[in-house]
Amino acid sequence: MTTTAIPTGEKRATAPTTKRRTKRERQGAAWVFLSPWVLGASVLTLLPMAVSLYLSFTDYNLFDPPHWVGLRNYTQMFTEDPRYWRSVTTTLMYVVIAVPLQLALALVVALALKSMKRGKAFYRSAFYAPSLLGASMSIALVWRAVFNDGGTVDNLFGTGGWVNRPGWALLAVALLTVWQFGAPMVIFLAGLQQIPAELYEAAAVDGAGTWRQFLSVTVPMLSPVLFFNLVLQTIQAFQVFTPAFAVSAGKGGPADSTLVYTMYLYDRGFVASHMGYASAMAWVLLLVIGVVTAVLFRTSRSWVFYASEGDR
Amino acid sequence: MTSVSTAAARKPVRWGRVALHLGCLAALLVMLYPLAWLLATSLKPADEVIASLDLLPSHLEWSNYETAFDGVNDVSVWRLLSNSLLIAGGAVLGNVISCSLAAYAFARLRFRFRGPMFAFMIATIMLPHHAILIPQYIIFNKLGMVNTYWPLILPKFLATEAFFVFLIVQFMRGLPRELEEAARIDGCGPFRSFFQIVLPLTRPALITTAIFTFIWTWNDFFTQLIYLFDPDKFTLTLALRSFVDASSQSAFGPMFAMSVIALLPIVLFFLAFQRFLVEGMASSGLKG
Repeated sequence: MTTTAIPTGEKRATAPTTKRRTKRERQGAAWVFLSPWVLGASVLTLLPMAVSLYLSFTDYNLFDPPHWVGLRNYTQMFTEDPRYWRSVTTTLMYVVIAVPLQLALALVVALALKSMKRGKAFYRSAFYAPSLLGASMSIALVWRAVFNDGGTVDNLFGTGGWVNRPGWALLAVALLTVWQFGAPMVIFLAGLQQIPAELYEAAAVDGAGTWRQFLSVTVPMLSPVLFFNLVLQTIQAFQVFTPAFAVSAGKGGPADSTLVYTMYLYDRGFVASHMGYASAMAWVLLLVIGVVTAVLFRTSRSWVFYASEGDR
Repeated sequence: MTSVSTAAARKPVRWGRVALHLGCLAALLVMLYPLAWLLATSLKPADEVIASLDLLPSHLEWSNYETAFDGVNDVSVWRLLSNSLLIAGGAVLGNVISCSLAAYAFARLRFRFRGPMFAFMIATIMLPHHAILIPQYIIFNKLGMVNTYWPLILPKFLATEAFFVFLIVQFMRGLPRELEEAARIDGCGPFRSFFQIVLPLTRPALITTAIFTFIWTWNDFFTQLIYLFDPDKFTLTLALRSFVDASSQSAFGPMFAMSVIALLPIVLFFLAFQRFLVEGMASSGLKG
């Protein structure tokens, strides 16, 4: 309001200084807005990353000062610790079982719901509910009972309790993850609805049947969303903890068959007080997740299709 | 009869659609089974929990809930419930305040190192929690905060959950800039512009942040397991964990009664906000 009242000559004279002042003010304001994040990112993220890298070269039990041991934690991990390798193979098996099954189910259900006129909103919410409830200790305990000796699965299939059988316990853990397919399903569904109907019409005019339309229209158009879900679920699967903890009563059994990586890390660090060793394990996990993500991004170039440059 | 047949003639029954609905309903029944099992078992008498194959109990054993309300280790359920609520409430407040402040700076303000800092913020979304866990524990240990709620609440006030910062940034970028530009011409600084113009418009993203923070914090197990020792500081999740170690089958009824109590807030949140949850999920790609 006041600016309009100022004659043009005066305005032109004051403009540069005001501009500079507001610019400096805005910089200052930005730092005020940013200060909680800056504090958190430096003290609770960046500094801990550096410290955990340092600790991974030490022997540290939380009470005595850290004692430098060089690469010994790493060499011990890779050459002398069969339980470490057990946790690695268990986690890899879990990732390979749970992620593809979960994504496949999510995609199938999303495709089923896509063209539905009635009941879509209802099904979408209902299938999504386990994604929120399943992360709780309550459901993990249900899982343990249902897959236990005399539980429902034993009664239905007569396989005995999965929870007590080394070959089967991990599958029970994986199924709890698969059960939570609602989260990627909702993302798939949102992606499917972005595909323009004209593409299907054009394909139909060219004589493409349902299957051909799926392969030539749906799959390429959905590939960025598929890729997003794949990366997200894989990263999360590498860090699984609560279901394995609950299903094995906190012990990773039977015969270490559910001893996932993070559970062994917890065991080394917080039960056995080998903080240096646990830090080394954490850094290997960080590197593995980094490498897996990088590889996924690399391979994505050959199968992920971006409709236009402006797209995600 | 005739009216039905003419209606059917006009609009033929699409068997494909019927099969689709039947398939979806069957899938739902299988998926809802664990929840039905939980509810039924929480009301079963001790001798039926494992011995009987029926889902439904022969009579409703409400005493399971009475036992559950007595709690674990002499700590009542009310105490556990209020502990859980305190932590989840603190986390919600912290995330909404700190993440929206950081998001406004990233979305609307210019400052030095904006690009690299934004890239770092995005990268921390992918960072596994375990890589920073042990030093964080040492820091809170040195500060004498282990076995208090500070390690569970304080980080949320420092915008450490980058996912929500990103979510709110994306939302703020979608708001029309003209509103703030007009306000600036009227002499409105960045602070007033944030509080009076941007923040009210960002409400949907803030609600999504609040709901997901509540549910994730409520469900969280790992952090609570590491930081809390005293039974009277336990959350419902940790109290349930006490059952994991030594769950004789006679304690099954009360244990699952307590599981139901622990699940109730999430179910209520879900029923109340399911529209927000599902849409927030679809638009931002949040995990479950």
